[in-house]
Amino acid sequence: MEDYYLKVSKGHTDRRKLKSRLMIILCYVAAAMAILPLLYIFFYTTMQGASSLNIDFFTELPKPVGESGGGMANAILGTLILVALGSVIGIPVGIFAGIYITEYSKSIFANVIKFVTDVLSGIPSIIIGIFAYGLIVIPMKSFSAYAGGFALGVLMIPTITRITEEMLKLVPHSLREAALALGIPRWKTTLRIVLRTAQSGIITGVLLAIARAAGETAPLLFTSFGNSFWSTSLDSPMASIPVQIFNYAISPYDEWHSKAWAGAFVLISLVFIVSLIVRLATRNKFSQTA
Amino acid sequence: METAEEITKEAAVIETVSEEKVKYTVETEGLTVSFKGREAINDINIKIRANTVTSIIGPSGCGKSTFLRSLNFMHDLTPGAKVKGTIKIHNKNIDEYDMTEVRRRVGMVFQKPNPFPTMNIYDNVVAGIIMNKGKKRNELNEIVEQSLELAGLWEEVKDRLKVSAMALSGGQQQRLCIARTLAVNPEIILFDEPTSALDPISTSKIEETLFHLKNKYTIVIVTHNMQQAARVSDYTAYFFLGKLIEYARTRTIFTSPREKLTEDYVTGRFG
Amino acid sequence: MNKEITVGIKEIKARKKLSDLFFENLTLVFALMIIVLVVFIIYEMFMDSKLSREIFGFGFIFSQDWNPVKDKFGALTFVYGTLISSIIALAISLPVSIGVAVYLSELAANVFKTAISFLIEILAAIPSIVYGFWGIFVLAPFMRTTVQPFLQSTLGFLPIFQGNAVGFGLLTAGIILAIMVTPIITAITRDVLKAIPTSQREAAYALGATKWEAIKMALLNAKGGILGATVLGLGRAVGETMAVTMVIGNKAQIKASLFEPSYSMASVIANEFAEASGGLHISSLIEVGLILFAVTFIINSFARLLIYSFTRKTEAK
Repeated sequence: MEDYYLKVSKGHTDRRKLKSRLMIILCYVAAAMAILPLLYIFFYTTMQGASSLNIDFFTELPKPVGESGGGMANAILGTLILVALGSVIGIPVGIFAGIYITEYSKSIFANVIKFVTDVLSGIPSIIIGIFAYGLIVIPMKSFSAYAGGFALGVLMIPTITRITEEMLKLVPHSLREAALALGIPRWKTTLRIVLRTAQSGIITGVLLAIARAAGETAPLLFTSFGNSFWSTSLDSPMASIPVQIFNYAISPYDEWHSKAWAGAFVLISLVFIVSLIVRLATRNKFSQTA
Repeated sequence: METAEEITKEAAVIETVSEEKVKYTVETEGLTVSFKGREAINDINIKIRANTVTSIIGPSGCGKSTFLRSLNFMHDLTPGAKVKGTIKIHNKNIDEYDMTEVRRRVGMVFQKPNPFPTMNIYDNVVAGIIMNKGKKRNELNEIVEQSLELAGLWEEVKDRLKVSAMALSGGQQQRLCIARTLAVNPEIILFDEPTSALDPISTSKIEETLFHLKNKYTIVIVTHNMQQAARVSDYTAYFFLGKLIEYARTRTIFTSPREKLTEDYVTGRFG
Repeated sequence: MNKEITVGIKEIKARKKLSDLFFENLTLVFALMIIVLVVFIIYEMFMDSKLSREIFGFGFIFSQDWNPVKDKFGALTFVYGTLISSIIALAISLPVSIGVAVYLSELAANVFKTAISFLIEILAAIPSIVYGFWGIFVLAPFMRTTVQPFLQSTLGFLPIFQGNAVGFGLLTAGIILAIMVTPIITAITRDVLKAIPTSQREAAYALGATKWEAIKMALLNAKGGILGATVLGLGRAVGETMAVTMVIGNKAQIKASLFEPSYSMASVIANEFAEASGGLHISSLIEVGLILFAVTFIINSFARLLIYSFTRKTEAK
């Protein structure tokens, strides 16, 4: 009777151990599976992009089909302008709304704003494009940099609001008290003590939002549209790197494909560098508080 | 046979007669503070004399910090806090002043040292002045030296004023916070358990500072350390369960308290 | 007990400075701007799709017609394409994400933990246009030459794996979406697992559980949060535009086979909006956008609700 019990129990235990080992191996496999495509995309884009990347890419205008050479200079400038326009909207709204949520709002209203911010961050970017189209392109009767920049700005808001809120929450309450006890007005306390203490975190968050906005394509397709010439006028169509990549990618010409790879490589590098900065900045933050 | 109450009354009469010209800096009447409807202190009536050190003692949760924080509008930050009654500073109701003016005149040093982490030592000291209204550079230098001197920190930091405040030790940081408070030139300074996070040596340095400050300022200190109250203060108030139980000269409180509750506390039978 | 004393006493209210009031209201204005923006987005979508809503009514959602020449519009094929590609994405991504999250929170050494977390952060930040481009030139050919023939020869008896292996289609779109939502689901699942106290795992070990059994217990405890992460990933997949547009084949049809080209709600807007002729075409595209918005709104709200209630539950513990 006892022997029988032991036998069963031993077999059972072995099976459990085997299952445990199997499942853990599967977790390792999953980790590998998730990283593999990243490394593949990363290296493939780098290989393809770096080989077609040259000075011309940054200085020359696009050439028509058939002609070799040329670059994406206008699209690079366009992306810079569009992102700058977006920042003008996204950064102040995001930061001030974040300040309101952490510093001033009590009760349910903070939660309402947080919820709406979540809603905004969940809206597909293509819909923001439609919104900017209806709000700006239709009244102006033309695709324009304004519309594209506005769309990017709206997309930046929730990211910046969220990061500002989280960073301000990390600032100890005692600092606010210390400043107020010195007779410093509340608004100065917020701007010059609280915001300044949290500034490195907020800056990295803003950088992240900018990097994301720089890679957005969908909201630009029918707002800033595209342009194959130099253009700095904000009320006319403007080229951008992502839209240019899209147009080149779906074209049948190899010459254009390699230009698109170069553009993709530029975008990936931007993301990589910003992520690295964010990582380093947040790591310093943790070691400081520890 | 005289009851205890009559004796105190008599003593009070004697005291008022002998100190007829006494100046009160802070007076409260019926001061009651509640958080989301729950009362933390109830009906506090106290008159704090100018140029003295008054300590507030009592077991944790008795409302001593709550009382202290009501004197410079610190409850304004806490959602759901309600302050009722009257608080007078120099015979004027506190709500007749501008809020920032009250806070400038009533400085506060907190339990844990809280220098501004993004600023150096110099900027920490002048933060209050600069952010209230600008002053000339040379004037600032003087104020920095005076304040740090008074807080007993000048000698230790005079060669490294541009170093981050976070590089100082805990005790030095607390003295920096005192200097920062002194720099805005308050009349009253509230200390909220200023040494509870510090080692004995830093504590004695701060107590020494308190002693010097008495000449110029009115000081109210909350402490859970009865020896400290006995050492540094002229007057002592004993709080229990949100009530002011007894308020008298420190000597009286520690040697012949009027109330049984006070006696139990100061003799260590309780709390 | 001293009520009668305190009742009649007035409250001491701090007098606020004008500059303080100004600043507070300034931040309030910016916060309200977000609300106004969202309300305005909804309002505009609603108004601009009026024409289409009036002509097609509810039938719009159930009609397969999409013919700009004849001014006949219906959204069913796009809803189908969006939902099926997203479901494929989740089916692939969910087990992988949970595996990675378990690896990151329970198994990995610190060096790997940092490195892989970093890689996954980058993965989440790579623009979708790059995924799409990669999809056209690497994933789609790979699907055509390797994956689809393999599926046909092994599971070809299933209708979903029949038909021509073209490379561009629902399955490819689903796979690229899976790659894109994995970092999102992984990151939240990892955080959720971290929120489960270690003591629970120790308790499991103390009862003689194997490592996997202890992990399984943590996973079961975290299932609310994991579900929230999954639904959030679904919301992202449903709204994804560029990558899907570039690999789904862009053909408005409903076919049983996952190899067949299809079309998604976001893709049709991306492809046709700028060149749309006539008001009804635009209006119909905006109505597709409205449906897309409604779907993502419901999905995201549900996800947030799940995650909020999960965090509240663990905080309460």
